[in-house]
Amino acid sequence: MLMQSIKKTGLGLLLIIAVPAFADYSWSFPEPATPMALDTLHVHNEFMQITTAIFVVVLAIMIYSIFAHRKSKSYVAHVDQPLTKKSEIFWTLVPFAILLSIDFIIMGIPAYKSVIMMEDTRNDSNMVIKITGSQWRWQYEYLGAAEANIKGESAEDKQVLNDAKGIKFVSNLTTTQDEMDNKAPKGEHYLLEVDNKLVLPVGKKVRILMTSADVLHNWWVPQFGSSRVAVPGFIRETWVQILKPGTYRGQCKELCGKGHGYMPVVVEGVSMQEYQKWVVAKKEEIAKAAEIKEMTKDELVTAGKGVYEKNCAVCHQVTGAGLPPAFPALTGSKVANGPIFGADGKYLKDSHLDRVLNGKGVMPSWKAVLTDNEIAEVITYERNALGNSVGDLLQPAQVKSARQ
Amino acid sequence: MSTTTITHDEEHHDHPTGIMRWLTTTNHKDIGTMYLTFSLIMFLVGGAMVLGIRAELFQPGLQLMKPEFYNQLIGVHALIMIFSALMPAATGFANWMIPLQIGAPDMALPRLNNWGFWLLPPSAILLTLPFTLALFGIGDGAIATGWTFYPPLSVQGGIGVDFAIFAVHLLGISSVMGSINIIVTLFNMRAPGMTLMKMPMFAWGWLITAFLLVATIPVLAGAVTMLLTDRHFGTHFFSAAGGGDPIMFQHLFWFFGHPEVYILLLPVWGFIPQILQTFSRKPMYGYKAQVYSLWAIGALSVVVWAHHFFTAGMPVPALLYFMYSTMAISLPLAVLFFCWIKTMWRGSMTFETPMLFAVGWIILFGIGGLTGLVLADVAADAQYHNSYFVVAHFHYTLFAGGIMGIMAGVYYWLPKMTGHMYNEKLGKVHFWLTAIAFNMTFIPQFFLGLAGMPRRIPDYAIQFTEFNEISTIAAFALGFSQLLFVYNIVMCVKGGKKATDKVWEGAVGLEWTLSSPPPYHSFTEQPTVN
Repeated sequence: MLMQSIKKTGLGLLLIIAVPAFADYSWSFPEPATPMALDTLHVHNEFMQITTAIFVVVLAIMIYSIFAHRKSKSYVAHVDQPLTKKSEIFWTLVPFAILLSIDFIIMGIPAYKSVIMMEDTRNDSNMVIKITGSQWRWQYEYLGAAEANIKGESAEDKQVLNDAKGIKFVSNLTTTQDEMDNKAPKGEHYLLEVDNKLVLPVGKKVRILMTSADVLHNWWVPQFGSSRVAVPGFIRETWVQILKPGTYRGQCKELCGKGHGYMPVVVEGVSMQEYQKWVVAKKEEIAKAAEIKEMTKDELVTAGKGVYEKNCAVCHQVTGAGLPPAFPALTGSKVANGPIFGADGKYLKDSHLDRVLNGKGVMPSWKAVLTDNEIAEVITYERNALGNSVGDLLQPAQVKSARQ
Repeated sequence: MSTTTITHDEEHHDHPTGIMRWLTTTNHKDIGTMYLTFSLIMFLVGGAMVLGIRAELFQPGLQLMKPEFYNQLIGVHALIMIFSALMPAATGFANWMIPLQIGAPDMALPRLNNWGFWLLPPSAILLTLPFTLALFGIGDGAIATGWTFYPPLSVQGGIGVDFAIFAVHLLGISSVMGSINIIVTLFNMRAPGMTLMKMPMFAWGWLITAFLLVATIPVLAGAVTMLLTDRHFGTHFFSAAGGGDPIMFQHLFWFFGHPEVYILLLPVWGFIPQILQTFSRKPMYGYKAQVYSLWAIGALSVVVWAHHFFTAGMPVPALLYFMYSTMAISLPLAVLFFCWIKTMWRGSMTFETPMLFAVGWIILFGIGGLTGLVLADVAADAQYHNSYFVVAHFHYTLFAGGIMGIMAGVYYWLPKMTGHMYNEKLGKVHFWLTAIAFNMTFIPQFFLGLAGMPRRIPDYAIQFTEFNEISTIAAFALGFSQLLFVYNIVMCVKGGKKATDKVWEGAVGLEWTLSSPPPYHSFTEQPTVN
C-alpha cells in the first residue's frame, strides 16, 4: 500500500512537472491540414499501435523469463525437446500466417491505398504551381488552372485560378543574422519565416511540379504530409489540398549545403475571395517591380545594399570578404572591378554582369530570380561599395537589353 | 591488448619485436587485436565529433560553429562510425575468433590479412586530414555532404569530397580482402567433422556478411569513382545537363548502403545467440532456422535499396515493390527474435555483463526493427524521411544493434583474449549507464522527428528546444560512460584475476577448449568435431 501510494505521488509529481513544460508540445505529427496528412497520420497511428502491441507482448514474455528462469532462483535449465513433424509444421505456419497478415493485409492494404492517393497528382486537380529550389531559397511560379474541367468547379473560380498565371516570386528567410548569432532575441517563428509566402486557395487541389536550379532540395510542410525531392533537370510531382485557412510552416529536408537549415517554406491557405484579392495585388506589385527605372548612382547603390544583403551576403559576406576558397571575396575582385561592356556595346564574357546573369560553378544564375532593377542595383552597389570604387554604374535598361 | 601471447610462440620462428611486430604480423590474433584497437580509437574520435554536434544543438542559435563546419562533422561522424568503428570491430572479432571457433591454426590468407588491416589507418587519415588542412588554409575542410555523397552537392563540394572518395576506396579494398579471407578460411579450414551446418553461428553470420561485402562494395567503389570523374574529368553520370541523373547515384549508393546495414549487423546476430546460450546454460534454440533466416535476410537486403529515397520520386509500381519487399524482411527477423528469446526461455540464466548487453540489445534492437517496419510505408515515410525520426531509428539499429552488440562480444571474449577477467562491477555500471543514456538521447529524437524537425540542420525552430536539450545532456552522459569501457579494457589487458580456459560456466565451442589466452598458433593439433 505504502509503496503504491509513493509510486502514485511520484508519478503525479512527474506529470505536474512535465506537463506544463511540454504543454504545447506535440508527441505525434502536427495537426493535419490536407487529406494526405490526415491519411498519413491515420496510417502512422495504426502502425504505431500494431508495433507497440507486438513490442509489449514480446517484451513481457522476455521479462517474465528473465525473472523466472534464473540460476539464482535455482531454476534448472530445461532441455528443448525436438518437435514432432506435425507440431513443427504447425509452429512454423501459424506465426508466418500471423506475420504475413500483419505485414501485407493489416498494414499492407492501408499503405497501398495511401500510396495510390499520394501519387495521384493529376485527377481532380484544380490548379498547378511550379516550385524551384535553389541554394538557399524557394521560387514559386503559378501556372494557372489545371486543363481538365473539374466537376463542381465554377467558371469564376477557374477564371481566378487562371488569372494567377504568370505570378512568380522568390521566398527568402527573414530571420536576421543577429538572431542566429544570439545577439538579438529570437522571434516566435525563428527560422520559419519568409518575406513572400506561398498563397494557396483553401479546398482546391494544387498539383505541384517540383524542380531545382542547383542541388537536391526537399519541399516539406509537416502539416501537409507531402514531401518531395527537387531534382535539378527533372520534374517531380506532388499535390496539396489545404482544408482550412491558416499559415503552415516547414523547411527544406534534403541537405543542400551550408544554408540547408535556412530555407523555410511558409504557405498561407486563404479563401477564394482573399485569394482573388491577393492575385490582383501581387500582379500589380510584380508589374511595378519590373518597370524599368532610370536611376542615379546613389539611388542604385542605396537600393543595391538591400538586394546584396538579402541574396549575396550569405556567401560573399556582408563585408564582401567572401569565404575563400569556396566563395571568393568581392572586395578587390577582378570580376567586380573589371569592365562590363566591350567595344561593341555587348557585355563581355566573364564580366561582372555575365557572372550575375549566368553564374559559373557554385555561383548560381540570377536571371530568373532578380528583376532588371535589382540586378542593376546590386551590381552598381558591389562596384562602388564593399571596398571597391570603380565609379561606373549600370542602368536597368542595360540589364534588360543584355538579357535579350 | 595481447602482450601475453608472445610467450607462447617459443618453438617456432623469430618474431620481430616492437613496432615491426605489428607492421609485419601475419598472425590472426595480432591482426584481430589491431582491428579492435583501431576500432576503439575511431569510436572515440567519431564520438567526440558527435558531442560537438550535440553541443551545437543544445539550444537554438549558432553557438559553437558555422553551418559549413557542422555539415562536415555530421558526414565524417557517420563515415568514421560505420567504416572505421563498426566494420573493423566485426572484422577484428572475425580474425580473433573464427580460427578458434572452427579449429584452424590461423586464417587462410595471412599476408592478405595484414594488408587488409594496414589500409585502414591511411583511410582514417584521408577522412580527417582535410580538417587539419583547412586550418592551414588549404581547401575548405572535410566532406560536407553527409556520409551519402549525394550529387550534385558532392560535385559542388571542395577537396574534402575527393579525400572521402579515396578513403572509401581504401576501406572498400580492405573490406573485400577481409571478406575473401573469411570465405576461404570458412570453406577450407574447418576442423574435420565440422560440416557447414555445424559451424558456430558467428561463423555463419560472417560468411553471409562476407558474401554481401564482395557483392556490394564494388558497386559503391564504382559509384564514387563516377562521382570523381564527374567532379574532375567532365563526365555527366549524375548531371541532367549532360544526360545523367542525380538520382541514379542514390540507386547505386543504396544498392551498397542497404546491405551495409546487414553487413554491420549479421556478425552481431552471429555471436549474440552464442552469448545467450552460454548464460542460459541451454543449447541455442532453432540453429537451422536461424541459419536459414540469416540467408533470407542477406538475400532480401540486396533487393530493397530504394526505400531509402521514396521521396526522390519513382513510379508507383516501384514504390509498392520496395515497400512490400522491405516489409518482408520482418519475417526472417521475427524468426530470429523468436529463437533468441526461446534460447533464454526456461534456461538457468545469470546476468554477467555480456548477458546484460545481449538482453538489452534484444530490446533496443527490437525498437530499431519495429520502427524500420513503420518506415517501410511509403506514405508515412514522406513524413519520417530525413527527419529526426529516422536519425533515432538508425541509431537504435546501429548503436544499440551494432555497437552495444559489439560491446557484448568484447565482454564475452575479453577474458579469452587476454587471459584476465575484467572488472564485473564496472562492466555492469557501464551497461546501465549506456542503456539509460542511449534511450534518453534517442527517444526525444523520435518525437522531434514526428513534430517536424529535419535532420542535418545546424539550428532549429524554437519549438524543438526542450527535447534537444534532453538529448544533448544524455548524449554527453552516453559519451563519457564509454570512458569506463576503455578503462575496463585497459585494466583487463594489463592484469586482473586469471581467467580459466572455459571462462564461463555455460560456454560451448572450440574456442573455450584452448588456454586463456590461446597459444600463438591457435590449434597446433587439429581438433575433431562429432
